[in-house]
Amino acid sequence: MKSIYMDHHATTPLDPEVLAAMMPYLTEEFGNPSSSTHEWGRRARKAVEAGRAQIAESIGAEPDEIIFTSGATESDNLAVKGVALSAAGPKGRIITQATEHKAILDTVRYLEKVGYEIYYVKLDSYGLIDLEDLERNITPQTFLITIQAANSEIGTIQPIAQVGACAKAHGVLFHTDAVQAIGKMPINVNSDQIDLLSLSAHKIYGPKGVGALYVRKGVKLAPLIHGGGHERGMRSGTLNVAGIVGLGKAAEMAHRERDQETRRLLKLRERLANGIRAKIDQVQLNGHPQQRLANNLNFSFAYVEGESLILACREVALSSGSACTSSSLQSSYVLRAIGVPDSLAHCSIRFGLGKSNNEEQVDFLVDLLATNVRRLREMSPLYDMAREGIDIENFSWSKHDHEH
Amino acid sequence: MDAWDEYTEKVMDHYEHPRNVGIVENPSGIGVVGNPACGDVMKLSIEVKDGIIVDARFKTFGCGAAIATSSMVTEMIKGKSLEEALRVSNKAVAESLGGLPKVKMHCSVLAEDALKAAIDDYYKKQKQENKK
Repeated sequence: MKSIYMDHHATTPLDPEVLAAMMPYLTEEFGNPSSSTHEWGRRARKAVEAGRAQIAESIGAEPDEIIFTSGATESDNLAVKGVALSAAGPKGRIITQATEHKAILDTVRYLEKVGYEIYYVKLDSYGLIDLEDLERNITPQTFLITIQAANSEIGTIQPIAQVGACAKAHGVLFHTDAVQAIGKMPINVNSDQIDLLSLSAHKIYGPKGVGALYVRKGVKLAPLIHGGGHERGMRSGTLNVAGIVGLGKAAEMAHRERDQETRRLLKLRERLANGIRAKIDQVQLNGHPQQRLANNLNFSFAYVEGESLILACREVALSSGSACTSSSLQSSYVLRAIGVPDSLAHCSIRFGLGKSNNEEQVDFLVDLLATNVRRLREMSPLYDMAREGIDIENFSWSKHDHEH
Repeated sequence: MDAWDEYTEKVMDHYEHPRNVGIVENPSGIGVVGNPACGDVMKLSIEVKDGIIVDARFKTFGCGAAIATSSMVTEMIKGKSLEEALRVSNKAVAESLGGLPKVKMHCSVLAEDALKAAIDDYYKKQKQENKK
């Protein structure tokens, strides 16, 4: 069988329709949208504004509330640092949670270093935030809550409408990183009471290197990139016209296809989950059983290290929370944050379904996993110990230092 | 980062077709090293006759490189005297596999540690035997 791509949380292929929409702006339509003195500039400006309108429409926003960026990492940075730097008075408190993308976590850690206070909302073992803990920890100094819409590793969907209502009630701004959620669940900045929202093109079958930040009218942001005053002064730099056209098209398609594609992905996901559970014992689902992205599964296959299983199943592109797939030699911080023991985090595999995946591929993967989990367990001393009734978590293991 | 696109053919061969998986029938020494919390555990059992390792088998929980180095070390020590076997270093194991990606060198340390632990265990058991 041809190689199968099943890592759609990492990125998605460019949709041919999106590429077709972009092509003119990579070729003859090379104008700078800031050039108002000629046709080339005006046509480019029109294309950018059409893209802006498509994105706004897909989340219930107004076009002039959309700021284009280089991607969601920049959007997250702009939202959090932009609000922090524009907030008058002493350095206040930001509320977030531990399974956010690094674009949020590293940014708030930076702000902490320069004097801001960060509070991480308590999580349950599924990765869901504790709404009461959130509300209890809103202090008069709190100016921003940033909670993702859905997690890229475990797929857990946060109750963002409740967070939005809570933020509104306390007069605090609410930012959400919706990168993984766009196109997979309904999001409306008005009904969900969102003030700032980050999204990215390449997670929704658009091009890499372009994203957007929704900024509710009246919300003040300090720019991170100063220059020619583009994007109402919030993000200078000549606009990435082809990228923006691609993002607009991708957002429009994701919005239009959302319900149908989500239903299809859900069925496929259940087929994969049921197949795995039927053919392989001692598997643990990481993340929420119901409140999760339609395309996400994350399983730990006890006693089998994740990298070795991915290697065995390399006809399918997957990823793992194992330390051996990261250069830091640390297991997934997301799994650790929800209390998955390291010994199981190393055994985790993330499945990210997408448009190109079908039932035949899912069935093929289930068989491939079953065969190789069996093979690797036969090789695993932990599997033997478990069968002998030895408690692996409390066994006195030798200290094994990775820093040799 | 994916380290395994840097795996050599030899590493892949030993990962796909590991030699000497299991536990020797009459273990003279067993070494268990590593920690599941760190993502790798290796159990090496050896059978020693007249100071020579006549059989060696392994069981490993770990990444592709950990499995390949485990397999390779069993091949390298079979037929060797205990003294010779103790001189098999992690670097030698890695070299026999045509090298390991830098971030995977610690996997070869696991193999060396397991070997030392198994030989230690053999000597301990010998001492106990002698006391009897």
